[in-house]
Amino acid sequence: MAELKILTARFDTPNPTDIDTYLKDGGYQALGKALKMTQDDIINEVKKSALRGRGGAGFSAGVKWSFVPRQLNKPKYLVCNADESEPGTCKDRPLMELDPHQLIEGMAIGSYALGANLSFIYIRGEYWYIIDILEKAIEQARNRGYLGKNILGSGFDHDIIVHPGAGAYICGEETALLNSLEGKRGHPRIKPPFPAVVGLYGCPTVVNNVETLAAVPHIINKGGDWYRSLGTEKSGGSKMFSLSGHVNKPGNYEVPMGYPLMDMINVEGGGMRGGKKLKAVIVGGSSVPIINAEAAAKCNMDYESCQSVGTMLGSGGVIVMDETVDIFETTFNLIRFYNHESCGWCTPCREGTDWLLKIFKKIKAGMGEPSDIDLILKLCVNIEGRSHCPLGEAAVWPITSAIKHFPEDFKKHLRKSLPVLTMAK
Amino acid sequence: MFSPEIEKKIDATIAKYPHKRSALLPLIHIAQNEQGYITEEAIAYIGEKLDLVPVEVYEVATFYSMYFLEPIGKYNLQVCRTISCMLCGAYDILEHLQGKLGIKNGQVTSDGRFRLTEVECLGSCSTAPAMQINFDYHENLTPEKVDQILAKLP
Ligand SMILES: Cc1cc2nc3c(=O)[nH]c(=O)nc-3n(C[C@H](O)[C@H](O)[C@H](O)COP(=O)(O)O)c2cc1C
Ligand code: SF4
Ligand code: FES
Repeated sequence: MAELKILTARFDTPNPTDIDTYLKDGGYQALGKALKMTQDDIINEVKKSALRGRGGAGFSAGVKWSFVPRQLNKPKYLVCNADESEPGTCKDRPLMELDPHQLIEGMAIGSYALGANLSFIYIRGEYWYIIDILEKAIEQARNRGYLGKNILGSGFDHDIIVHPGAGAYICGEETALLNSLEGKRGHPRIKPPFPAVVGLYGCPTVVNNVETLAAVPHIINKGGDWYRSLGTEKSGGSKMFSLSGHVNKPGNYEVPMGYPLMDMINVEGGGMRGGKKLKAVIVGGSSVPIINAEAAAKCNMDYESCQSVGTMLGSGGVIVMDETVDIFETTFNLIRFYNHESCGWCTPCREGTDWLLKIFKKIKAGMGEPSDIDLILKLCVNIEGRSHCPLGEAAVWPITSAIKHFPEDFKKHLRKSLPVLTMAK
Repeated sequence: MFSPEIEKKIDATIAKYPHKRSALLPLIHIAQNEQGYITEEAIAYIGEKLDLVPVEVYEVATFYSMYFLEPIGKYNLQVCRTISCMLCGAYDILEHLQGKLGIKNGQVTSDGRFRLTEVECLGSCSTAPAMQINFDYHENLTPEKVDQILAKLP
């Protein structure tokens, strides 16, 4: 077992959500330490740790924090992205459910570093029961002086509002999230300006994923160098992966960055279900390109290695498929998802995903022709890079990669078996 | 239009935010949880509370999939149909429920007891297949387990 329990260390202990057990385990010491550091020192420590955003894009957390113009005479905000709706991803859920104080402490440290007196947890509405857990923990932290006015005598004020979403994948995209938090439809905003400069209510705002913020207390306690040394040179620390699909033991596992994908499947995951053969893996949540078993054998779970086999680490949702799976069917499932979740703001994505779904339906009904595959790929070209937000690419990559790596699974649904790869990249 | 207790909750929610429009999503949740769905009166009421015209509330209410503008039955069976659940048998669960209840996606049984709603990823991918009945999660489903869960509902 190469599991590395940093963020998940307290999950199996008695009463992990209670502030007293959290304090007994050394909780809120990092906040005390941070409040005695300068804001720049904190940001530098986080930069040093090579902590990269766990929400999907993998942007350096410390660098993002340094983009906030702290001298600007406007409120600053920190927003925790707990929208978790990338298919295959369910790791933020236990982080909030089983150790809410770890997140609260990370948010308090982040807010201090940014000069934010108010922060938000934007949580998907389906996680309703977790809102209660978070609010109870926030109340406890307030009562003990870790939130509220003049925290630990430092003169720093900070509080947290838990804000429920209402069912919209697009609200995980940070600017759509901010619109939603402002009480509007969840349409993404044009970038630039980036939220770090013009974010919530037009004020400088950092949006970070739950897992990113939960790592912060550990970095402050033990140092950026220590955190970085747990992972690889460019991908510091540990990372949680949600293992789902055809393995014997699906679940959330925390491992060092750079951990081999096959070990995760065979060791943590207990091997393939029913002893079947591995066919394909989506390693980073549904939006990243699918890879075949051969590529999976070469893939380690860090940003660089995933890229070298033609995919991305994404959110860490590892979806495992055995030899019985028809990749046309799984791709159909995903285009239906992206079509359903397209916010409708821009034409390439709104109309494009509609057309893609129509063609997939036609093929599924047994009416597909080889030219339909070309048409699909042509539509993909017209969505990728031409849409208002990255959901457009997210809709397209699963399709182009599936056609590229599993052409036979598409071919067998077509009426005439002519070559299908004429336009694949 | 709501009980004093709920009115108090609504006012406290609005007061939390630096800008009151931010309370819109939470307020729609509160209204729906009270009334079962979002009524026209609720839309007007929320608009008044937040200085919005009704259409501004309406356009938000229609954007999000957890909001319903018509009655949805006592138990909303929200079955995840997305990839991880699909790989673990979600389509069988859906077929089973359709047969058992005689309804399709988006329909309510004639006695108003159940609505069947296909939803996208619920964040239960490692405990797939999953569904939510109103706000309660049910995971690692099998058709037999679904039968037991429905039989136990009051
Ligand atoms: C369509 C779409 C959906 C997203 N969903 C999520 C999500 O559910 N949770 C999340 O943390 N980030 C999500 N992101 C990424 C956010 O936009 C943003 O990059 C992230 O929250 C930043 O935090 P991080 O740097 O800590 O990862 C999504 C992005 C896109 C384009
Ligand atoms: S790409 Fe899709 S989700 Fe993004 S703004 Fe355009 S329509 Fe909306
Ligand atoms: S795919 Fe069903 S819960 Fe995630």
